[in-house]
Amino acid sequence: MIFPHDSTIVKTLSRILIPVIQLYAVYLIFHAQYSPGGGFVGGVLFGVSLILTVLVFGSRYSRGFIERVAFRSDGLGLMVFGGIGLLCILWGGEFLNYAALQIPGLENPSKRALGIVGTQIGVGIDVAVVAISIFFSLSPQENEEDTHV
Amino acid sequence: MYLTVAIPLLILLVLTAAGAIFVKDLIGSVFILSSYSFFLALLWAWQGAVDVAFTEAVVGVGLSTIFLLLTLFLTGSDISQTRYYRSSWMVLVGLVGLGFIMVFGAQDLPRVGNPASPANTHISPAYLRQSLKETQTPNVVTSVLMDYRSMDTLIETTVIFTAGIATSLLLRRKPE
Repeated sequence: MIFPHDSTIVKTLSRILIPVIQLYAVYLIFHAQYSPGGGFVGGVLFGVSLILTVLVFGSRYSRGFIERVAFRSDGLGLMVFGGIGLLCILWGGEFLNYAALQIPGLENPSKRALGIVGTQIGVGIDVAVVAISIFFSLSPQENEEDTHV
Repeated sequence: MYLTVAIPLLILLVLTAAGAIFVKDLIGSVFILSSYSFFLALLWAWQGAVDVAFTEAVVGVGLSTIFLLLTLFLTGSDISQTRYYRSSWMVLVGLVGLGFIMVFGAQDLPRVGNPASPANTHISPAYLRQSLKETQTPNVVTSVLMDYRSMDTLIETTVIFTAGIATSLLLRRKPE
Protein backbone atom coordinates (compact mmCIF):
# COMPACT_ATOMS: atom_id res chain seq x y z
CA MET A 1 0.00 0.00 0.00
CA ILE A 2 0.97 3.63 -0.41
CA PHE A 3 0.83 5.72 2.75
CA PRO A 4 -0.85 9.15 2.71
CA HIS A 5 1.28 12.24 2.94
CA ASP A 6 1.64 13.36 6.57
CA SER A 7 1.55 17.15 6.03
CA THR A 8 -1.75 18.87 6.75
CA ILE A 9 -0.92 21.76 4.42
CA VAL A 10 -0.37 19.44 1.46
CA LYS A 11 -3.57 17.53 2.19
CA THR A 12 -5.76 20.60 2.59
CA LEU A 13 -4.37 22.26 -0.53
CA SER A 14 -4.80 19.07 -2.55
CA ARG A 15 -8.38 18.69 -1.34
CA ILE A 16 -9.12 22.11 -2.82
CA LEU A 17 -6.92 21.92 -5.93
CA ILE A 18 -7.47 18.38 -7.25
CA PRO A 19 -11.21 18.78 -8.03
CA VAL A 20 -10.44 22.06 -9.82
CA ILE A 21 -7.70 20.38 -11.89
CA GLN A 22 -10.01 17.49 -12.81
CA LEU A 23 -12.85 19.83 -13.71
CA TYR A 24 -10.50 21.87 -15.88
CA ALA A 25 -9.21 18.71 -17.60
CA VAL A 26 -12.74 17.59 -18.47
CA TYR A 27 -13.54 21.13 -19.64
CA LEU A 28 -10.48 21.11 -21.91
CA ILE A 29 -11.65 17.86 -23.55
CA PHE A 30 -15.32 18.74 -24.01
CA HIS A 31 -14.90 22.44 -24.81
CA ALA A 32 -12.10 21.90 -27.35
CA GLN A 33 -14.46 22.62 -30.23
CA TYR A 34 -14.88 26.21 -29.04
CA SER A 35 -11.59 27.07 -27.33
CA PRO A 36 -7.97 25.88 -27.32
CA GLY A 37 -7.40 22.53 -25.71
CA GLY A 38 -8.12 18.98 -26.69
CA GLY A 39 -7.89 15.34 -25.75
CA PHE A 40 -4.11 15.34 -25.37
CA VAL A 41 -3.81 18.22 -22.88
CA GLY A 42 -6.96 17.24 -21.01
CA GLY A 43 -5.82 13.64 -20.76
CA VAL A 44 -2.39 14.60 -19.39
CA LEU A 45 -3.99 16.92 -16.81
CA PHE A 46 -6.45 14.24 -15.71
CA GLY A 47 -3.71 11.62 -15.42
CA VAL A 48 -1.54 13.99 -13.37
CA SER A 49 -4.46 14.78 -11.04
CA LEU A 50 -4.98 11.03 -10.44
CA ILE A 51 -1.24 10.58 -9.73
CA LEU A 52 -1.41 13.49 -7.27
CA THR A 53 -4.43 11.94 -5.56
CA VAL A 54 -2.63 8.64 -5.04
CA LEU A 55 0.55 10.32 -3.78
CA VAL A 56 -1.21 12.64 -1.30
CA PHE A 57 -4.04 10.51 0.02
CA GLY A 58 -2.39 7.08 -0.30
CA SER A 59 -3.84 3.88 -1.66
CA ARG A 60 -4.77 0.41 -0.48
CA TYR A 61 -2.79 -1.05 -3.37
CA SER A 62 0.94 -1.21 -3.96
CA ARG A 63 2.75 0.73 -6.66
CA GLY A 64 3.40 -2.48 -8.57
CA PHE A 65 -0.30 -3.36 -8.57
CA ILE A 66 -1.34 0.08 -9.88
CA GLU A 67 1.37 -0.19 -12.53
CA ARG A 68 0.10 -3.61 -13.68
CA VAL A 69 -3.51 -2.36 -13.88
CA ALA A 70 -2.42 0.70 -15.87
CA PHE A 71 -0.29 -1.53 -18.12
CA ARG A 72 -3.24 -3.81 -18.90
CA SER A 73 -5.58 -0.92 -19.72
CA ASP A 74 -3.00 0.84 -21.89
CA GLY A 75 -4.85 0.27 -25.15
CA LEU A 76 -8.29 1.33 -23.88
CA GLY A 77 -8.28 4.84 -25.34
CA LEU A 78 -6.88 3.59 -28.63
CA MET A 79 -9.75 1.08 -28.78
CA VAL A 80 -12.28 3.90 -28.27
CA PHE A 81 -10.67 5.92 -31.09
CA GLY A 82 -10.31 2.98 -33.47
CA GLY A 83 -13.71 1.61 -32.48
CA ILE A 84 -15.42 4.81 -33.65
CA GLY A 85 -13.56 4.48 -36.94
CA LEU A 86 -14.59 0.84 -37.22
CA LEU A 87 -18.24 1.72 -36.53
CA CYS A 88 -18.08 4.10 -39.49
CA ILE A 89 -16.87 1.22 -41.71
CA LEU A 90 -19.56 -1.14 -40.37
CA TRP A 91 -22.25 1.40 -41.22
CA GLY A 92 -21.04 1.71 -44.78
CA GLY A 93 -18.73 4.74 -44.75
CA GLU A 94 -14.99 5.23 -44.88
CA PHE A 95 -12.73 4.71 -41.87
CA LEU A 96 -13.19 7.66 -39.44
CA ASN A 97 -15.81 9.33 -41.65
CA TYR A 98 -18.11 10.32 -38.79
CA ALA A 99 -20.96 11.24 -41.15
CA ALA A 100 -21.54 7.51 -41.68
CA LEU A 101 -22.52 6.99 -38.01
CA GLN A 102 -26.17 5.92 -37.80
CA ILE A 103 -27.55 8.18 -35.08
CA PRO A 104 -31.26 8.92 -35.60
CA GLY A 105 -32.36 12.52 -35.69
CA LEU A 106 -28.98 14.11 -36.39
CA GLU A 107 -27.77 15.94 -39.47
CA ASN A 108 -24.34 15.17 -40.92
CA PRO A 109 -22.55 18.17 -39.28
CA SER A 110 -23.90 17.18 -35.85
CA LYS A 111 -22.69 13.61 -36.38
CA ARG A 112 -19.24 14.94 -37.24
CA ALA A 113 -19.23 17.10 -34.09
CA LEU A 114 -20.22 14.05 -32.03
CA GLY A 115 -17.49 11.98 -33.67
CA ILE A 116 -14.93 14.66 -32.78
CA VAL A 117 -16.04 14.54 -29.12
CA GLY A 118 -15.84 10.73 -29.07
CA THR A 119 -12.35 10.60 -30.52
CA GLN A 120 -11.19 13.36 -28.14
CA ILE A 121 -12.35 11.18 -25.23
CA GLY A 122 -10.39 8.26 -26.72
CA VAL A 123 -7.19 10.32 -26.98
CA GLY A 124 -7.74 11.63 -23.43
CA ILE A 125 -8.14 8.14 -21.92
CA ASP A 126 -5.07 6.86 -23.79
CA VAL A 127 -2.82 9.73 -22.68
CA ALA A 128 -4.04 9.67 -19.06
CA VAL A 129 -3.47 5.91 -18.73
CA VAL A 130 -0.02 6.17 -20.34
CA ALA A 131 0.98 8.99 -17.96
CA ILE A 132 -0.07 6.91 -14.93
CA SER A 133 1.62 3.81 -16.34
CA ILE A 134 4.97 5.54 -17.01
CA PHE A 135 4.87 7.30 -13.61
CA PHE A 136 4.37 4.12 -11.63
CA SER A 137 6.89 2.18 -13.74
CA LEU A 138 9.52 4.82 -12.96
CA SER A 139 8.68 5.30 -9.28
CA PRO A 140 11.11 3.64 -6.85
CA GLN A 141 10.60 0.16 -5.46
CA GLU A 142 8.36 -0.39 -2.46
CA ASN A 143 9.75 0.35 0.99
CA GLU A 144 9.91 -2.34 3.67
CA GLU A 145 6.48 -1.51 5.09
CA ASP A 146 4.97 -1.11 1.63
CA THR A 147 5.40 -4.78 0.75
CA HIS A 148 3.08 -6.06 3.51
CA VAL A 149 -0.20 -5.41 1.74
CA MET B 1 5.78 45.81 -30.03
CA TYR B 2 6.52 42.36 -31.37
CA LEU B 3 10.23 42.56 -30.69
CA THR B 4 9.88 43.96 -27.17
CA VAL B 5 8.30 40.70 -26.02
CA ALA B 6 9.91 38.19 -28.36
CA ILE B 7 13.55 39.26 -27.93
CA PRO B 8 13.65 39.04 -24.09
CA LEU B 9 11.88 35.67 -24.28
CA LEU B 10 14.41 34.39 -26.84
CA ILE B 11 17.31 35.62 -24.67
CA LEU B 12 15.79 33.85 -21.66
CA LEU B 13 15.42 30.67 -23.75
CA VAL B 14 19.08 30.73 -24.76
CA LEU B 15 20.19 31.48 -21.16
CA THR B 16 18.11 28.67 -19.62
CA ALA B 17 19.21 26.21 -22.33
CA ALA B 18 22.87 27.04 -21.67
CA GLY B 19 22.27 26.91 -17.91
CA ALA B 20 20.74 23.46 -18.09
CA ILE B 21 23.90 22.20 -19.83
CA PHE B 22 26.49 23.97 -17.67
CA VAL B 23 24.99 23.40 -14.20
CA LYS B 24 26.90 20.64 -12.41
CA ASP B 25 23.97 19.40 -10.32
CA LEU B 26 21.56 17.24 -12.32
CA ILE B 27 18.48 18.04 -10.20
CA GLY B 28 19.12 21.75 -10.65
CA SER B 29 19.54 21.10 -14.35
CA VAL B 30 16.10 19.45 -14.49
CA PHE B 31 14.46 22.49 -12.89
CA ILE B 32 16.25 24.89 -15.24
CA LEU B 33 14.99 22.75 -18.15
CA SER B 34 11.47 23.07 -16.75
CA SER B 35 11.81 26.88 -16.68
CA TYR B 36 13.05 26.65 -20.29
CA SER B 37 9.79 24.88 -21.18
CA PHE B 38 7.84 27.60 -19.36
CA PHE B 39 9.46 30.37 -21.41
CA LEU B 40 8.89 28.33 -24.57
CA ALA B 41 5.19 28.05 -23.65
CA LEU B 42 5.04 31.83 -23.20
CA LEU B 43 6.64 32.27 -26.62
CA TRP B 44 4.10 29.94 -28.26
CA ALA B 45 1.22 31.78 -26.59
CA TRP B 46 2.67 35.08 -27.79
CA GLN B 47 2.90 33.70 -31.35
CA GLY B 48 -0.82 32.80 -31.20
CA ALA B 49 -0.35 29.01 -31.02
CA VAL B 50 -2.30 28.60 -27.79
CA ASP B 51 -2.82 24.84 -28.26
CA VAL B 52 0.93 24.28 -28.52
CA ALA B 53 1.48 26.55 -25.52
CA PHE B 54 -0.99 24.49 -23.46
CA THR B 55 0.76 21.25 -24.38
CA GLU B 56 4.20 22.69 -23.69
CA ALA B 57 3.06 23.99 -20.29
CA VAL B 58 1.43 20.73 -19.21
CA VAL B 59 3.86 18.21 -20.70
CA GLY B 60 7.13 20.18 -20.76
CA VAL B 61 6.86 21.93 -17.40
CA GLY B 62 4.81 19.35 -15.50
CA LEU B 63 4.99 15.78 -16.70
CA SER B 64 8.47 15.54 -18.21
CA THR B 65 9.99 17.28 -15.17
CA ILE B 66 8.37 14.67 -12.91
CA PHE B 67 9.62 11.85 -15.15
CA LEU B 68 13.17 13.24 -15.23
CA LEU B 69 13.19 13.66 -11.42
CA LEU B 70 11.96 10.09 -10.93
CA THR B 71 14.67 8.84 -13.28
CA LEU B 72 17.27 10.75 -11.22
CA PHE B 73 15.96 9.17 -8.01
CA LEU B 74 16.30 5.74 -9.64
CA THR B 75 19.76 6.24 -11.12
CA GLY B 76 21.39 8.78 -8.77
CA SER B 77 22.30 12.35 -9.59
CA ASP B 78 26.07 12.01 -9.13
CA ILE B 79 27.93 13.18 -12.23
CA SER B 80 31.45 13.24 -10.76
CA GLN B 81 32.33 10.27 -12.97
CA THR B 82 31.26 12.10 -16.13
CA ARG B 83 34.19 13.19 -18.25
CA TYR B 84 34.05 16.40 -20.21
CA TYR B 85 35.95 16.60 -23.45
CA ARG B 86 37.56 19.82 -24.57
CA SER B 87 35.80 20.86 -27.74
CA SER B 88 38.16 21.48 -30.65
CA TRP B 89 38.12 24.34 -33.13
CA MET B 90 36.58 21.92 -35.67
CA VAL B 91 33.32 21.97 -33.68
CA LEU B 92 33.26 25.77 -33.71
CA VAL B 93 33.84 25.92 -37.47
CA GLY B 94 31.20 23.23 -38.09
CA LEU B 95 28.56 24.95 -35.94
CA VAL B 96 29.16 28.37 -37.50
CA GLY B 97 28.96 26.81 -40.97
CA LEU B 98 25.73 25.02 -40.08
CA GLY B 99 24.21 28.25 -38.74
CA PHE B 100 25.24 30.05 -41.93
CA ILE B 101 23.53 27.39 -44.07
CA MET B 102 20.33 27.61 -41.97
CA VAL B 103 20.18 31.42 -42.19
CA PHE B 104 20.90 31.21 -45.93
CA GLY B 105 18.04 28.70 -46.39
CA ALA B 106 15.64 30.78 -44.29
CA GLN B 107 16.04 33.71 -46.72
CA ASP B 108 13.69 31.96 -49.16
CA LEU B 109 10.90 31.31 -46.65
CA PRO B 110 7.83 33.55 -46.97
CA ARG B 111 7.08 36.01 -44.17
CA VAL B 112 4.89 34.70 -41.35
CA GLY B 113 1.29 35.64 -42.10
CA ASN B 114 1.91 36.40 -45.79
CA PRO B 115 -1.49 35.74 -47.47
CA ALA B 116 0.17 34.70 -50.76
CA SER B 117 2.40 32.03 -49.22
CA PRO B 118 1.72 28.37 -50.14
CA ALA B 119 0.66 27.58 -46.56
CA ASN B 120 -2.18 30.11 -46.83
CA THR B 121 -3.33 29.41 -50.40
CA HIS B 122 -3.32 25.64 -50.78
CA ILE B 123 -5.98 23.96 -48.63
CA SER B 124 -6.28 25.98 -45.41
CA PRO B 125 -8.83 28.47 -46.90
CA ALA B 126 -11.17 25.51 -47.53
CA TYR B 127 -10.82 24.38 -43.90
CA LEU B 128 -11.39 27.91 -42.59
CA ARG B 129 -14.49 28.43 -44.75
CA GLN B 130 -16.16 25.05 -44.33
CA SER B 131 -15.28 23.94 -40.79
CA LEU B 132 -18.31 25.52 -39.14
CA LYS B 133 -20.69 24.40 -41.90
CA GLU B 134 -19.44 20.82 -42.18
CA THR B 135 -18.50 19.93 -38.60
CA GLN B 136 -20.22 22.54 -36.38
CA THR B 137 -16.80 23.25 -34.87
CA PRO B 138 -15.78 26.92 -34.65
CA ASN B 139 -12.26 25.99 -33.50
CA VAL B 140 -10.63 25.03 -36.80
CA VAL B 141 -7.59 23.51 -35.08
CA THR B 142 -9.78 20.88 -33.44
CA SER B 143 -11.77 20.12 -36.58
CA VAL B 144 -8.58 19.68 -38.65
CA LEU B 145 -6.93 17.50 -35.99
CA MET B 146 -9.93 15.33 -35.21
CA ASP B 147 -11.94 15.23 -38.45
CA TYR B 148 -10.10 16.28 -41.60
CA ARG B 149 -6.80 14.80 -40.44
CA SER B 150 -8.04 12.25 -37.91
CA MET B 151 -5.85 9.47 -39.32
CA ASP B 152 -2.74 11.46 -38.29
CA THR B 153 -4.13 11.85 -34.79
CA LEU B 154 -4.89 8.13 -34.61
CA ILE B 155 -1.27 7.30 -35.43
CA GLU B 156 -0.03 9.90 -32.91
CA THR B 157 -2.17 8.24 -30.26
CA THR B 158 -0.61 4.92 -31.30
CA VAL B 159 2.85 6.44 -30.76
CA ILE B 160 1.90 7.45 -27.19
CA PHE B 161 0.44 4.00 -26.58
CA THR B 162 3.68 2.40 -27.81
CA ALA B 163 5.74 4.66 -25.52
CA GLY B 164 3.67 3.58 -22.50
CA ILE B 165 3.87 -0.12 -23.37
CA ALA B 166 7.63 0.03 -24.02
CA THR B 167 8.35 1.85 -20.73
CA SER B 168 6.25 -0.61 -18.75
CA LEU B 169 7.91 -3.61 -20.40
CA LEU B 170 11.48 -2.29 -19.97
CA LEU B 171 11.01 -1.34 -16.29
CA ARG B 172 8.87 -4.33 -15.36
CA ARG B 173 9.08 -5.48 -11.75
CA LYS B 174 9.05 -9.10 -10.69
CA PRO B 175 5.53 -10.11 -9.63
CA GLU B 176 5.29 -10.77 -5.88
